Amino acid sequence: MAIAETPGHHSRIVQLSKSPTGIDGFDQVAGGGLPAGRPTLVCGGAGCGKTLFAISFLVHGATRFDEPGVFMSFEESGDELAQNVASLGFDLPGLVEKKKLVLDHVKIERREIEETGDYDLEGLFVRLGYAIDSIGARRVVLDTIESLFAGLANQSILRAELRRLFRWLKDRGVTAMITGERGEGTLTRQGLEEYVSDAVIVLDHRVTEQISTRRLRIVKYRGSAHGTNEYPFLIDEDGLSVLPVTSIGLTHDASSERISTGVARLDMMLGGRGYFRGSTILVSGTAGAGKSSLAAHFLDAACRRGERCLAFVFEESPQQVVRNMRSIGIDLQRWVERGLLEFHAARPSLHGLEMHLSRMHRAIDRFQPSVVVLDPVSSLLRVAQPTDVQATLTRLVDYLKLQGITALLTSLTHGRTEHEQTDVAISSIVDTWLLLIALELSGERNRGLYVLKSRGMDHSNQIREFLLTDRGVELVDVYAGPSGVLTGSARLTQEAQERAAALAQEHELERKERTLTRLRAAFEAELASLRAKFEAEQADLAIEIDEHRSRATRLRADQHDIAESRGGDATSDNGRNTRVRD
Amino acid sequence: MAVPSAETQILRLYIAGQTPRSIKAFANLKKICEDHLIGKYQIEVIDLIQNPQLAAGDQILAVPTLVRRLPEPVRRIIGDLSHTDRVLVGLDIRPAS
Repeated sequence: MAIAETPGHHSRIVQLSKSPTGIDGFDQVAGGGLPAGRPTLVCGGAGCGKTLFAISFLVHGATRFDEPGVFMSFEESGDELAQNVASLGFDLPGLVEKKKLVLDHVKIERREIEETGDYDLEGLFVRLGYAIDSIGARRVVLDTIESLFAGLANQSILRAELRRLFRWLKDRGVTAMITGERGEGTLTRQGLEEYVSDAVIVLDHRVTEQISTRRLRIVKYRGSAHGTNEYPFLIDEDGLSVLPVTSIGLTHDASSERISTGVARLDMMLGGRGYFRGSTILVSGTAGAGKSSLAAHFLDAACRRGERCLAFVFEESPQQVVRNMRSIGIDLQRWVERGLLEFHAARPSLHGLEMHLSRMHRAIDRFQPSVVVLDPVSSLLRVAQPTDVQATLTRLVDYLKLQGITALLTSLTHGRTEHEQTDVAISSIVDTWLLLIALELSGERNRGLYVLKSRGMDHSNQIREFLLTDRGVELVDVYAGPSGVLTGSARLTQEAQERAAALAQEHELERKERTLTRLRAAFEAELASLRAKFEAEQADLAIEIDEHRSRATRLRADQHDIAESRGGDATSDNGRNTRVRD
Repeated sequence: MAVPSAETQILRLYIAGQTPRSIKAFANLKKICEDHLIGKYQIEVIDLIQNPQLAAGDQILAVPTLVRRLPEPVRRIIGDLSHTDRVLVGLDIRPAS
């Protein structure tokens, strides 16, 4: 790796070698890391996280990639630095002791320095070179070299020497990170981007409506493909992480596996088998429509299958959710205790949107759930513009889909308009959209549910009445007749009427059947008597026929006898033939 | 050279190799000392090319750098010492005008 530089005529075919920073998400955005063996400029305003970014790069290099590093600080002393990053679990003194890290604090006091003629910064080069050689460093950080401009008067020497320094760093083949303060109209106050042209990263920390968000952007990365968006990044107890969520494309697999919604009747409505695994479901409805209950059913069903679930709740505490769901017969607490279900509760106004997204990402990465619930996403509108919420949710949904995680989002709609803006905004990214509506009829307000859309499956187009019972959610058919959809007591009345009508019909049927039986019996009787009469007459006739026949035979025999007795010739042919034959 | 007294200036000249600038700086320093500090100075020349480990200790950045270690306070004079007046001010030999 000593020669990570690729000669100009090779750069088109030889992939730029990368030096991973080990910073979650950043390497993904930067296509593997920083350009190996080249300097990278990291700039941003005060408190934007430059130093932390740089120190993470070094510490990860030393601990994970076997690349020792030199941290040359022009601002903080080694001790101050060590203290500042100790809370992130970085043990700088330990690394120094193991010869994995050199901390060199370059102190410049303008008051102590008198400039008396020509000079160069060879002292700095010697110092840096010595530090690099002493541990065989592969990485170097200069934080913040612009401080030199305050310490030294001769700017032209300084600029010439900085130019020489960056070339020297390249020649040494170390992967260097130079930090710079954001300037007015320029990336850095002293225009360092002029010298460091391989890669430039801008960090930003802005506060909008009292909510702070950190963002990172790769402004330039010569010879490498990289994400160009602004990525939110996060500094917390686990260090720094960048969320490359926008880099996700539509490349996720679509599972054809189906999982239960937790409500048997709803499964039936969705082609009989529930949601697609890895799909995104939006449940929207007015306050108290039962969105959370539907979500709880889904969580409960997933936990019953032994799957891990993560629930982000923005309006209630986990205890509140557990208690409320117990009232409809769903015991979520046991899943929490078994470690299958984890709640993350945060007030929407606690963080900016990006921070919410970041935290959700982290939690998802850590917990590796197969089901995620966000309840309700509409509350994020309180901290950001609808377009931002839409963008954030799109990124989150893309990410979840990529991970094959099934997500259920709930959304609160207000008043009588069924389709709120957020719903419309995010509806295009959801696969299944369930709408919980209030059905107001004859002085009652009842809940109705229907499937507004469900991609890739045959689904019911029927509105079902949605009941919250102490055994959970039940869906029942609504009465749809000429007078419209009937729910609640109107439905009950209608059902009673239908039952009465059905009963009457049943009676009528029985009566008819009885008549038929009677008729059949009569018919059978008549048939029997007819047959008896017929048989009697048949017998009489048969006797008569016999008598007639025997009488005829006797007559013929008598005539023959008479003829013989006369002794006459057989004059008739008949007589002769008979005789000859005999 | 005599045992350093309280007034003796302990001077260190940091250079990086025998460059023309280093040689010039040393010549300038020698001349200033001979003109203004006869018998009251000690000069130690440190070549950072040979002793790179010494650069950090005295916070050396630019070369040549002349460090006056004694008397306190420590002073740093950078450059080839061609501006004699400034060197004299830096060494507290002549008050800043």
